[in-house]
Amino acid sequence: MHTTHHQSDLNPEEQKQEREEMRSVVLRPLRHTGTIGKIWIGFLVVVFLFGCYAYTVQLREGLKVTALRDYASWGLYISNFVFFVAISLVGALISSVLRLTNFEWHRPLTRIAEIIAVSGILFAGLIIVVDMGRPDRILYLFNHGRIQSPIVWDVIVVSTYLVTSVLFLYFPLLPAIALCRDTLTDCPKWQRWMYKFMAMGWEGNKRQWKIMKRSVAILSVLVIPLAISIHTVTAWLFATTLRPGWDSTNFGPYFVAGAFQAGTACVIIGMFVFRKAYNLKKYITEVHFNNMGKLLVFLCVVYAYFNVNEYLIPAYKMRGAEAKLLNDLFTGPTSPIYWSVQFFGMAIPAVVLLFRRARKPLPITIIALFVVVGAWFKRYLIVTPILLHPYLPIQNAPLSWTMYFPSWVEMAIVGASLAGVLLIITVFSKFFPIISIWETLEGEGIDLEEMDNRKK
Amino acid sequence: MKKENEDSARRKFLKFGLLAGGATLAGLGLNKKILGETPAESGEKVKVLTADGKLVEVDSSLVTRHPAENLLSKNDVREGIEGRKFVMVIDLARCANARKCIEGCQKMHHKRPPVEWIKVKKMQDAEATSPYWMPQPCFHCDNPPCTKVCPVDATFKRHDGIVLVDNERCIGCRFCMAACPYNSRSFNWGEHWGEARDTTETKGCCEYSPEKSFPSKMGTVEKCDFCPDMAREGKLPDCVTSCPNGTIFFGDANEDTVTNGEDTFRLSEFLKKRAGYRYLEELGTEPRVYYLPPTNRQFPFEDDKEVHNTTED
Repeated sequence: MHTTHHQSDLNPEEQKQEREEMRSVVLRPLRHTGTIGKIWIGFLVVVFLFGCYAYTVQLREGLKVTALRDYASWGLYISNFVFFVAISLVGALISSVLRLTNFEWHRPLTRIAEIIAVSGILFAGLIIVVDMGRPDRILYLFNHGRIQSPIVWDVIVVSTYLVTSVLFLYFPLLPAIALCRDTLTDCPKWQRWMYKFMAMGWEGNKRQWKIMKRSVAILSVLVIPLAISIHTVTAWLFATTLRPGWDSTNFGPYFVAGAFQAGTACVIIGMFVFRKAYNLKKYITEVHFNNMGKLLVFLCVVYAYFNVNEYLIPAYKMRGAEAKLLNDLFTGPTSPIYWSVQFFGMAIPAVVLLFRRARKPLPITIIALFVVVGAWFKRYLIVTPILLHPYLPIQNAPLSWTMYFPSWVEMAIVGASLAGVLLIITVFSKFFPIISIWETLEGEGIDLEEMDNRKK
Repeated sequence: MKKENEDSARRKFLKFGLLAGGATLAGLGLNKKILGETPAESGEKVKVLTADGKLVEVDSSLVTRHPAENLLSKNDVREGIEGRKFVMVIDLARCANARKCIEGCQKMHHKRPPVEWIKVKKMQDAEATSPYWMPQPCFHCDNPPCTKVCPVDATFKRHDGIVLVDNERCIGCRFCMAACPYNSRSFNWGEHWGEARDTTETKGCCEYSPEKSFPSKMGTVEKCDFCPDMAREGKLPDCVTSCPNGTIFFGDANEDTVTNGEDTFRLSEFLKKRAGYRYLEELGTEPRVYYLPPTNRQFPFEDDKEVHNTTED
């Protein structure tokens, strides 16, 4: 493994200093939480608990407390599910694709990407249960499951991806857990016990490093087809139907392209926040933002290409029922959201990020925020307007059935799911280093052997 | 060469069939000999009132069931009525938007507006053509997009052509609703959602069966069921009998007959003569509901002056 990297110019003493410095910088947020951090966690907890309360209301009253009705039968929950699956793909992109293609600069970003992936896919699984009319019958998916149904495919790939992503997060984390176990001796007892348990007896000997690196290498290959399949299957939930707007052979790759774009923007925001809050300027540098900016331009352009295929080619034909949908998106009541998403969430970021100055940390983070918000609304546009433009005209239905604006329960629950994802990421970063020390040092060509033997 | 192979395969199959059939017949004969005429005892005792007013306990196998009693097994419900192939023909020339089919259906299934298992839509194919009214039940497709996507086999296609939903199985994911290109399905968004007010006292009266779609269950999907419980009694669905104009014909494709209760037609001739078609044939869902075009109408088209189902309650 070591031979593939350049050797550092630093002498052994300087290398030791580098290691010590990185350890203390990276472990600092684990030792200390500032006021802003506490307020942030408190805020997330409150939002999350409020959503839990809203869910008890929904459990008691049924889905009638949502704005969903017989026509718009899927809404915020499903679009939020698609969004979470989308952002979870970035784990595979940053930690796996960039790794296998030897883009060395990805190293300090792997853990941020991977925790976004894990929390995203976890909440994707939860929010889909929230959408169920009978969550009490969830086990029927196993004892009455039909392999012909795309939902069962989704259950299989999402759970597999969740497990794989957790392992992909966990294995490279082992040295860091052991470091916490050995150095954070003044933390609460349960926390020390947790480190001890999770480190699984990691001592950093040659054999353990070899097994760990091998497992990570295998996982990084496995995770790519899995990531592509989770979002392709999610696309198929729509594309296997006959509805105008979903009945598209373009849907799988269109979803995957959008997912990489949205996830990359999420990682950029994560990089900015952690860099600032945890003082990681030395490890997450402007070079990283610059490179991620270029990557985002590329992904926006790829996504735009699929959007042209998805919207403009059907618009060229303006076929019957699909024309009604497209007219709504292009010039109708839904058009403000549609064009905002296409411009602010895709076209403008792609153009602006071509300029070097826009790829500086602050501007690129603002642009990434637009991309993420756009991506979230885009998922809504993919789900609900299609249901409101069926083949047969909607007639003799209450006004509230003919349109969709989410109820407070839906907003509270979706807000809670977003808060939940952020909470997992935040809490994780308070217990484990958010930058992989060994991967970063290895990338800088600093000898790891010394580090392995710290116990001796 | 290939033809020959196929032929020999078919011959083999026929031979096998004859053998199997013979064996079954022999088996039946044997059974009859051993068991005599009385059916096997079930061991389950039921109380019956004799003609002279005495209450006696007898084995349940000795009691013939009344068809109204719902004693169908879960498997019977999923298999369908043997030898039947239900079909519906809707004569658009007869529909005057009386909306009686909707009311009849709601009454029969204890539903209240705005939940409609059968809808009547105002359709107009092109600007220059005349509008017409189109009653739209579930099409009970032979290639149903809804049953395909169900993750738990809660909605299923039966041998008699009917597509039903088992609300004791449904997990409420609503994928079938998304998959149905005709929006034929509705959802129980809350407890007693869309349930008729006057049935409150009948609650708990009867056991749930997918053939009755009642009592409804919160968080599950429902739809037009072609009234298989009525068919078992030899009765027509309520939408058919409620229509004052005899718009809707119901029948059996195996018998090649459809009726609206007054007129009975030979299905194949009826469809040929009146240029029957199926809605959105190009989707390939193979509906079991045919339409007859609105030509030589019995009523001139008259727009609806009333607005229906304006509120949820």
